[in-house]
Amino acid sequence: MATYSTNEFRSGLKIMLDGDPCSILENEFVKPGKGQAFNRVRMRNLNTGRVWERTFKSGESLEGADVMDRDMQYLYNDGEFWHFMEPESFEQHQADKATVGDTALWLCEQENCVVTLYNGAPLAVAAANHVELEIVQTDPGLKGDTAQGGTKPATLTTGAVVKVPLFLNEGEIIRVDTRTGEYLSRAKD
Amino acid sequence: MLGLTGASDVHIDCLQLADADARYLQSSPEYYMKRLLAAGIGSLYYLGKAFRQGELGQRHHPEFTMLEWYRVDWDEHRLMGEVFDLLVEVGAADSAEGYSKKSYRELFQTETGIDPHGGELNTLRALAGQLADRDCSQDDRATCLDLIFSLRIEPSLPNGILFVHDYPACQAALADISVDACGATIARRFEVFYDRMELCNGYYELADAAELSKRFEQDNIQRHGLGKPTVPLDRKLLGAIEAGLPPCAGVALGVDRLLMQMLGARNIGEVLIFLDI
Repeated sequence: MATYSTNEFRSGLKIMLDGDPCSILENEFVKPGKGQAFNRVRMRNLNTGRVWERTFKSGESLEGADVMDRDMQYLYNDGEFWHFMEPESFEQHQADKATVGDTALWLCEQENCVVTLYNGAPLAVAAANHVELEIVQTDPGLKGDTAQGGTKPATLTTGAVVKVPLFLNEGEIIRVDTRTGEYLSRAKD
Repeated sequence: MLGLTGASDVHIDCLQLADADARYLQSSPEYYMKRLLAAGIGSLYYLGKAFRQGELGQRHHPEFTMLEWYRVDWDEHRLMGEVFDLLVEVGAADSAEGYSKKSYRELFQTETGIDPHGGELNTLRALAGQLADRDCSQDDRATCLDLIFSLRIEPSLPNGILFVHDYPACQAALADISVDACGATIARRFEVFYDRMELCNGYYELADAAELSKRFEQDNIQRHGLGKPTVPLDRKLLGAIEAGLPPCAGVALGVDRLLMQMLGARNIGEVLIFLDI
């Protein structure tokens, strides 16, 4: 694997630190006028999800991590594992609950998502930014309340619960932003 | 701006041309201005470009604008007063609000409980290591102080204009050395912080040619140890100081940073005209 110097640290670069693959979030160059230059680096440990900050002396270098983001199709869940497929090679990968985490709430079968592979095995899964899901449970809306912009909880097919406007009913399909868990609109079809 | 040698500071790297003489672009006009001072020009200023290799970040750009000036027969405290007057004049400070002034010792001790001049090196290493989340057990005092200052003290500084004076002797650069009220050897160096951002660096200037020559040599020994190229001694500067530098205080102000703070810019690029240089 290549090594990267602090001046090559960019947001998104994957490096190895203390034996764990990490993704760089932010790299700030800090230098007192006459003093040693440092790089204050915020990164996410891709194994634990923990975000932390470490300060390096400028010019120090770290080994790159064999981590790749791949577009894949989510196939199904067999009760224990979530199964994904690379659309071109048809190669399949399975990921456990620890790897999929809360993303499970946004995965719908046949839809595309991004699977992060570390040394060839799934390390994390990210849903598409916007997904369309059906409401399976919500209280009946009250007519005439729409002007006030009120919301109510609605449970979706995946088990996710989002706040939706009062006028929506069970069986309707809505668009949700998976990064914030917020309702965007009714699905257009 | 182009010289046959450059600054020897361990942590400032000059940009160098690829011509036959491998000329250096000035990292500040200090050496030239001191030659003029020794020649008897009197108080003087420079407003123009300076260049530093590898300095690129939110507050750094390899080419930047510097305002540097020297006052003959002034000490550093009188010069700090003039820096404040200038900041009021350009609208960066309010004369009614005034400014704060603290010694490095006072600031450091209040925030960390450690005496920066006499405190145990291992105590400094432990705190620096904790703040930086790294092993600092091999780092020298200056590096530990820089880490603690950047990571712990700078973010805690108040809004407005703050003068910090009496720097640790290991960070004297080209400032004269003195002894503070607690008996510690300190550098007659000061810095100005404007809303927590380092804006100026100033000295009561070292006028002892033998001491200056020693510091240059020590810089080069340290540079060699760090695997950095050494810098040829500036014989013309040393000759000028030997002939006699008048008692004076000098300060350099980062003009781009002044603009950044006045305009609320987060990145130095927002106040530069061309970014593709």
